[in-house]
Amino acid sequence: MKQFVPVSAVLALALAAGTAAADEAQIAVAANFTAPMKTIIQMFEEDTEHTVKASYGSTGKLYAQIENGAPFEALLAADQKRPELLEKEGVAVPGTRFTYAVGTLVLWSAEPDVVEDGEALLKSGDFNKLAIANPKLAPYGEAAMQTMDALGVKAALEPKLVRGENIAQTYQFVDTGNAEVGFVALSQVMQDGQITKGSGWIVPGDLHEPIRQDAVILDKGKDSAAVTALFAYLKGEKAQAVIHDFGYETE
Amino acid sequence: MPLSETDLEAIVLTLELATVTTLILFLVGTPIAWWLSRTRSRWKGPIGAVVALPLVLPPSVLGFYLLVTLGPNGPVGWLTQTLGIGLLPFTFWGLVVGSVLYSLPFMVQPVQNAFEAIGERPLEAAATLRASPLDRFFTVALPLSLPGFVTAGILTFAHTVGEFGVVLMIGGNIPGVTRVASVQIYDYVEALEYGEAHRLAAVLLVFSFLVLLALYSWRPDHTRK
Repeated sequence: MKQFVPVSAVLALALAAGTAAADEAQIAVAANFTAPMKTIIQMFEEDTEHTVKASYGSTGKLYAQIENGAPFEALLAADQKRPELLEKEGVAVPGTRFTYAVGTLVLWSAEPDVVEDGEALLKSGDFNKLAIANPKLAPYGEAAMQTMDALGVKAALEPKLVRGENIAQTYQFVDTGNAEVGFVALSQVMQDGQITKGSGWIVPGDLHEPIRQDAVILDKGKDSAAVTALFAYLKGEKAQAVIHDFGYETE
Repeated sequence: MPLSETDLEAIVLTLELATVTTLILFLVGTPIAWWLSRTRSRWKGPIGAVVALPLVLPPSVLGFYLLVTLGPNGPVGWLTQTLGIGLLPFTFWGLVVGSVLYSLPFMVQPVQNAFEAIGERPLEAAATLRASPLDRFFTVALPLSLPGFVTAGILTFAHTVGEFGVVLMIGGNIPGVTRVASVQIYDYVEALEYGEAHRLAAVLLVFSFLVLLALYSWRPDHTRK
């Protein structure tokens, strides 16, 4: 008991000091945004008193976890649908939802010189497999389907489609050469504004709906200073520069 | 609430995959189990460990290795392409290869245990009666270790039905070719179609329970002797 008292006193002091200034945000982040988010969190923790604990996963899984009481205070989703749903269900704080990044779709091959004129390549169907993210689950997959639809090649390419459960797995299919080409996220193949490996064709934005990724503050985070600060930070210039570097656009 | 056509397609495919995998593993696993149960070689330890690896490796790791090895830049991919078979990922037989590796310990270990439980004496007795090694294996070892084979067969089948990670990694989710029941359920959950997910999951749950019930109710009678 004698040892316990000082420890708990220190703990209480630490907690009191903690709530006064620094705070910890516990957030859920869509897997495709893992790399930029890690950089942003590092900068955010240097620039502010706060700390961030992030869990990365597919938006569908994170959504199910939030519905079932996961302790997340904010969600950075891969789409708009799930944050909207959470808002409607009263799990998210109204008015906090915003588009933090807009994804860019690219037709990509791990081999150089394979993808030059992407449109002509899709029309010729001159490849063994075309990998896409599952359109039912992933916004990038949905955009890929819209693109093929717009080019009038959807039916012809259907037998060549292989579906990754998410955009990371789709990238793996193409990167290992098992699928010669695939629709992946520009953020996966770009570094400092350049496609670093293989060959790619950036799909013109008018061929599909924009891939808007929304963030929203959840009920559990409505009084968190760290979450509020993080959301402000995401809209700031420093974070936006990181987001652009990773091949996303912002609004 | 009837299951949809795609659900039935996924279930049929799952059962096909489990059946083919189990049959192949009877052929592949039995000699391995026999060797492991009889050998005094210093390779027994390492080979036993390799056989058990799928028990501890995350399926995502196994699946990723398979994707790389079976792919066009991997050794197996090079071999299958040279032989004119083409590439295995995204095909039914690719899933079979993955499942055989993934379920290997579930076949080998029960059979090995059964072989070891026979001991040397029945085989030596048969040998003194001039039974050839092959004869001894088929007329003495096999019948005596039948319970082990039943256990191994059921476990392998059930484990393949429940397989998910490996299929996800090398399957490519093609309806009727590589979209098995567990992947279908995952899709439903991810797409927030919880009703459909529950329905198919219930089928799988009941099926798995019945299979294991059969296993556990069957075993005592034969082990009691």
